[in-house]
Amino acid sequence: MSEEPRMIHLENISKEYNGVTVLSDINLYIRKKEFVTLLGPSGCGKTTTLRIIGGFEYPSTGRVVFDGKDITTLPPYKRRVNTVFQKYALFPHLNVQDNIAFGLKIKKMSRGEISRRVDKMLDLVNLNGYGKRSVESLSGGQQQRIAIARALVNEPEVLLLDEPLGALDLKLRKEMQLELKSMQQRLGITFLYVTHDQEEALTMSDTIVVMNAGHILQIGTPKKIYDEPKSAFVARFIGESNIIRGTMVRDELVHFSDMDFACVDSGFGENVPVDVVIRPEDLMIVGEDIGQLTGVVKSVLFKGVHYEMMIDTGDFTWKVHSTTMQPAGSRVGLSVVPFNIHIMRPTKEDSAK
Amino acid sequence: MMDLHLPAWAIWVMLAGLAVFIVMFIIILRRNHGVKRSMFSTPYALWMIIFTIIPCLLVAYYAFTDANGKFTLDNFISFWDSNHEMNKELANLGFDPAAMGFTRGMVNISTLVYSLWMAFLCTVICLLIGYPAALFMAERDFKLGATLVTLFIIPMWMNFLLRTIAWMSLLEDNGLINTLLVSLGFSRVQLMYNNSAVLLGMVYNFLPFMVFPIYNSISKQDYRLTEAAMDLGAGRMLTFIRVTFPLSLPGVVSGITMVFMPAVTTFFIPRMLGGGNTEMFGDLIERTFLTANNWNLGSALSLIMMVLILLSLGLLRKVDPEGEGGSMI
Repeated sequence: MSEEPRMIHLENISKEYNGVTVLSDINLYIRKKEFVTLLGPSGCGKTTTLRIIGGFEYPSTGRVVFDGKDITTLPPYKRRVNTVFQKYALFPHLNVQDNIAFGLKIKKMSRGEISRRVDKMLDLVNLNGYGKRSVESLSGGQQQRIAIARALVNEPEVLLLDEPLGALDLKLRKEMQLELKSMQQRLGITFLYVTHDQEEALTMSDTIVVMNAGHILQIGTPKKIYDEPKSAFVARFIGESNIIRGTMVRDELVHFSDMDFACVDSGFGENVPVDVVIRPEDLMIVGEDIGQLTGVVKSVLFKGVHYEMMIDTGDFTWKVHSTTMQPAGSRVGLSVVPFNIHIMRPTKEDSAK
Repeated sequence: MMDLHLPAWAIWVMLAGLAVFIVMFIIILRRNHGVKRSMFSTPYALWMIIFTIIPCLLVAYYAFTDANGKFTLDNFISFWDSNHEMNKELANLGFDPAAMGFTRGMVNISTLVYSLWMAFLCTVICLLIGYPAALFMAERDFKLGATLVTLFIIPMWMNFLLRTIAWMSLLEDNGLINTLLVSLGFSRVQLMYNNSAVLLGMVYNFLPFMVFPIYNSISKQDYRLTEAAMDLGAGRMLTFIRVTFPLSLPGVVSGITMVFMPAVTTFFIPRMLGGGNTEMFGDLIERTFLTANNWNLGSALSLIMMVLILLSLGLLRKVDPEGEGGSMI
């Protein structure tokens, strides 16, 4: 990815509405042909960021640079980006074909060229022969495809997608995720995708930008974000986690649950309070006599691929995922390899929770 | 009040019509909602029957009978030729009306044409003023929108006669505007007793009926649609032409209907602001009933008016944009 040039660069973007800060000091660049996802809970500022790039909002401070040019105050109709809106925003007075052709007609393209491109798009989204239908007669999934076709037909350099799959049911959503991803790879267009669904983000993205309360918390590949969350919030938001208070005794040694554990992190200082994050699948259930920790299985849930067990070690109840089941009430040992212990500095916002 | 002198057969016909209506009403209600809920609409049904259906039947009856209750088409001929009755009398007395120089009387027809013309002008002006006002008020970022809506509503709380009389005190020779003009050193202007004053009164009274349907249809549009249009390359003007306006057409159609219908039947305004120089169809009907005391002709005129309104409504529904309008643009 890194060889591709930067398409969009957000520089120190802040946004205030009536004195309320919704974005503060956002710095982000998006490379050409990259699939970037803005991920965060509702109200984190991800949609506002997208709208600033689309031109529907102007930032209070900062610059939006597109392909080397400052487009901060350029109106939406002059930007080389197109948007797939939440709930699609298809034109109800136009049929499928005229919805898709909308942008081309404004560019005063010839009729033949328009109909050729519209057909190509209908082909791309698997809706051949739907051109004359009214958009209101279509299902949610089909409307979704039309919205994507309407945006893509203009051959934008960047496609902005604002929770495009939010209104679809789970099965359709999974299908569309794969379809969108393959479409993006085939067309070689930069996608900027907004979602609050961490699984969706992990499945589709080249890069995930985790946001909360108007700040960017972490930028990285899905694997990096999952394996090495920078803060307890990211760990909690992406996947499931056990988060426990501990003390960093010295480099590569952390103390929690009345035990010292070897770990791989360093640079925190000595005897500093930290948050320790361990993924449920990284805790191994071993014999009571050889575990680093021992505890009692409180409950067992069958989750399909694995069992989810809550194991109480006296001072903390650990969530453990394992393919082998231990009956509730049994005493077990738990161990974890140093590599899977993630240490992070406690943030103010996290300690409040 | 005059004697109804209805013959027995007319009563039976009306009762039969009523019975059919009630049966139809009950069937429709049963089919749609079941008995319990349909009971709620009973008062409305009764109201409709007593104050709408029966009067309509009465109007139809009077229109097709003469003063003695006998069937006749004379009332419609009188509409076409307002001298018809007089010429008939003359002929009965042995004169030849044509030879005496009495030809066809155009009073009723020309009043109708004048009314339609005035209503048309009024509707066009209301649309030209009302659409931008509605658009302005519905603007999402426009904070005064709600205030403006209230300002439009407040005059509607006042009685329509009162509002018209208020205009008189403004436009009179010694009214507010002329007093102001004179005190500023200009000469007096004749503002009242002409077509423009009548039109002004009509536009003033009917404008809210144009503004509100359009305002509603614009303000309930999803703002994302305009954003989508701009996203696809349309500037503000193109966005309006291709998205906002076509989607507001249902509001425009109902606005036109709600202004045109009362405008055609306007009365009182021409008499007050036009000073009796001009008469509109509403005034003519009123005068025929109450001054000339000719209920039969008055009913015929009312019936013609009703048919014209129904026809124009049908025409409007034909060009209704919800069906095909989108592809017209």
